[in-house]
Amino acid sequence: MNNRNASSLSATDRSRTVHVVQTGLRKRYRAEKRFQRLGMAAVICALAFLAFLFVDIFSKGYKAFQRTVFLLDVYVDPDVVHVGNLDRADYQSLVKRSLGNLFPDVKGRQEKRELFRLVSGGAGEVVRSKVLEDTSVIGQTIAVWVPADDDVDMAIKGGVDRRLAPSEGRLSERALQWLDALATRGRLAKHWNTAFFTSGDSREPELAGILGATVGSFYTLLVTLALSFPLGVAAAVYLEEFAPKNRWTDIIEVNINNLAAVPSIVFGLLGLAVFLSFFGLPRSSPLVGGLVLTLMTLPTIIIAGRASLQAVPPSIRDAALSVGASPMQAVFHHVLPLALPGMLTGTIIGMARALGETAPLLMVGMVAFIVDIPRGFTDPATVLPVQVYLWADSAERAFVEKTSAAIMVLLAFLIAMNATAVYLRNRFERRW
Amino acid sequence: MNSLLLFTILALSAGAYHLGKRRVLRLIGGKAHARHLASRPHYYGVYVALWCALPALLIFLLWLFLEPVVLEQWVVRHLPQSLQSPPSNRLSLVLNDVKNLAKGGIVSGYADPAVQTAAEHYRRLLGLSRTALWVAVLALAALGMQMGYGKIRISLRARTHVEKIVRLFLLMASTLAVLTTIGIVFSVLFEAMRFFRLVPWWEFLFGLKWSPQMAIRADQVGASGAFGMIPVFTGTLLIAAIAMSVAVPLGLFSAVYLSEYAPRKLRAVVKPLLEILAGIPTVVYGFFAALTVGPLIRRLGETLGFSVASESALAAGLVMGLMIVPFVSSLSDDVINAVPNDLRDGSLALGATRSETIKQVVLPAALPGIVGGLLLGVSRAIGETMIVVMAAGLAANLTVNPLSAVTTVTVQIVTLLVGDQEFDSPKTLAAFALGLVLFVVTLILNIIALYVVRKYREHYE
Repeated sequence: MNNRNASSLSATDRSRTVHVVQTGLRKRYRAEKRFQRLGMAAVICALAFLAFLFVDIFSKGYKAFQRTVFLLDVYVDPDVVHVGNLDRADYQSLVKRSLGNLFPDVKGRQEKRELFRLVSGGAGEVVRSKVLEDTSVIGQTIAVWVPADDDVDMAIKGGVDRRLAPSEGRLSERALQWLDALATRGRLAKHWNTAFFTSGDSREPELAGILGATVGSFYTLLVTLALSFPLGVAAAVYLEEFAPKNRWTDIIEVNINNLAAVPSIVFGLLGLAVFLSFFGLPRSSPLVGGLVLTLMTLPTIIIAGRASLQAVPPSIRDAALSVGASPMQAVFHHVLPLALPGMLTGTIIGMARALGETAPLLMVGMVAFIVDIPRGFTDPATVLPVQVYLWADSAERAFVEKTSAAIMVLLAFLIAMNATAVYLRNRFERRW
Repeated sequence: MNSLLLFTILALSAGAYHLGKRRVLRLIGGKAHARHLASRPHYYGVYVALWCALPALLIFLLWLFLEPVVLEQWVVRHLPQSLQSPPSNRLSLVLNDVKNLAKGGIVSGYADPAVQTAAEHYRRLLGLSRTALWVAVLALAALGMQMGYGKIRISLRARTHVEKIVRLFLLMASTLAVLTTIGIVFSVLFEAMRFFRLVPWWEFLFGLKWSPQMAIRADQVGASGAFGMIPVFTGTLLIAAIAMSVAVPLGLFSAVYLSEYAPRKLRAVVKPLLEILAGIPTVVYGFFAALTVGPLIRRLGETLGFSVASESALAAGLVMGLMIVPFVSSLSDDVINAVPNDLRDGSLALGATRSETIKQVVLPAALPGIVGGLLLGVSRAIGETMIVVMAAGLAANLTVNPLSAVTTVTVQIVTLLVGDQEFDSPKTLAAFALGLVLFVVTLILNIIALYVVRKYREHYE
């Protein structure tokens, strides 16, 4: 029928159709281009945001890996430090004295206090550890690099505009002159900020470090891994290999999918009500944090585990069964080892998510200000993302830089974990 | 101490494994005859090891859960009447002191002599309990080992027994998800019920004012406490709406571009890059929203002559939207890829351009799946915590102006529960009521979304 119609069209009709199509075509091609460009723009927009985020964090944080230090000649006065009080002697006063010696013309009380404020409250700590290391320095003058106060640190790094009027900038003109004097004498330098990696939290930005949070994260994730991996694998194996297909397993399946999408803070509420209030487990501990994160990551691991079990072809099972293995043996000796790489990838991704999780941990009290490095699963602890949250809330300007640096460390861990997952997937991926 | 006991049990059961295996090999007459056994020899070992470990572990766990409760009861009964009768929160404070004293820690306030004796008592009881625990567990382990060992015969079908237990363990692991859900429902519901006893539920659901500051003293001014969740919920929806209006176009367009237009190589690079967005911790987004995007929007708004709150809904919503982009795009990518090529080829063969094919054939075919994905995105936006905690405000304004500060359900939960309050005040209980609302709303969204996605996926198979 179409054929007859086409052939019966007159020549003028045909040319008109061609004309209509051709004029329309240009418009349609333009629409096509526009659509494609819109898609590209969306991708570029998202990627630009990603780049902006990274550049922003990096540019704010990279300075935190250095800190400003002063070189001071500290006289370890035997009157202040002696064998009886090595631990508790007033080392800070020694530091102040040596700083005062550098500026003999600083006289007034007010002026002196301002001078002493240049050096960090933790400077005495440095001298203390030197003395404890080697008690023979008592009575001698030792040269030590001590950390500067965070305001000084910011000024040296250019975080605070030095040209601002003294009332606006935190440092007065006088203080800036002292700093210049120290710099010309070679007594001011920027050193690699070891303390950032080796100390716990502190109220003083120049002393605050991420070791406590890192160790806390480690313990928390250890609990999470130790519980969620075996349980997740077991659940996946049961549901995929042994469970009868009935109403009950259907409920379990819907449940798991749903749990994967429940807001994380609700898990925090669960942890608060069940683990803390009901079972009375210790607050702020990696144990409780790990339990909450276990419940959160379990669905992810189960879903990934089931997917990788499904990918193992039935012939493997059949072969094992046909040589007389029991179903359990077929699964544990043959199917599971083949599915394990996929399960591991899922687990690492779940762990990476657990590492970045904050909200449920706030609920179980891991927001406490904790200076000590946790030494066990029941010690009060905090974790990296919560540390980021705590520092982001702090009023001190210098914490912005610390926060960004902590984020960089956190992201480095995350990227390492995800890279491992990708590597494992590529290394062990098997096509049947 | 407890972990030492745990290791002892494990070591004992390792020994039990060897004993069991050796015994059955001896019964059959050496390794050479092992093939005549009903099960492989190591199953006999595992059998005895399970007998040794399981009852002991069971008692161990039970003990750990019950010990604090029982000990507390005991100590309370021995406290003088004057300390026993007062309101329950004071009793818990006293108990806390007792425990701290017993551990040699610091006490709040002074140390009452009665509390001192109670602490002494508690410490003694604790020591006694620990000794009893060791004795009980070790005895049970030994007894179990004895039992299992005695049951070993050549005819024993050890594998069947072991597999039954393994199967039980697998079943229990898979029901954990259900238990978690039940746990969530009960813990949230239980506390919410207590809240609704103090504040009527209609006031909570339909009240227009939210100010959870309760008067600590009766004569305090301006601290009456109002628990109407409408403004909080409006704020949540406002931020979620902003987030979705960013995430939907960006996510959808990039999914379409990546699955329909992009060359393979570009796709292989861009897709994982986009997925990085999904892997970044939300606290990082929060920091970014609060410190970079917020001030940026504020400056921009001021130059344009708008008044922008320092913590605007726009900043939080914008950043949250970008966080959800990869989520939307990977879900839509899946459904778009699931549309069979026949449909595309048919459309292209009729002369449609690619964008016409996408707009008129692919997207309509994939629509239910995409909608399901978007619903999941909405539920994520509603439940997202850290971004809003750091970048949205605390004041519960009943407004839809994206430039003003609003608060959300999750922000309120966090601010109500982080910090030190007594556990029975309506203020803390309100957090659980909000949690209940959050759970129910996201549950409904999730179930609809999962249902739609699932139903749609089956469509083409």
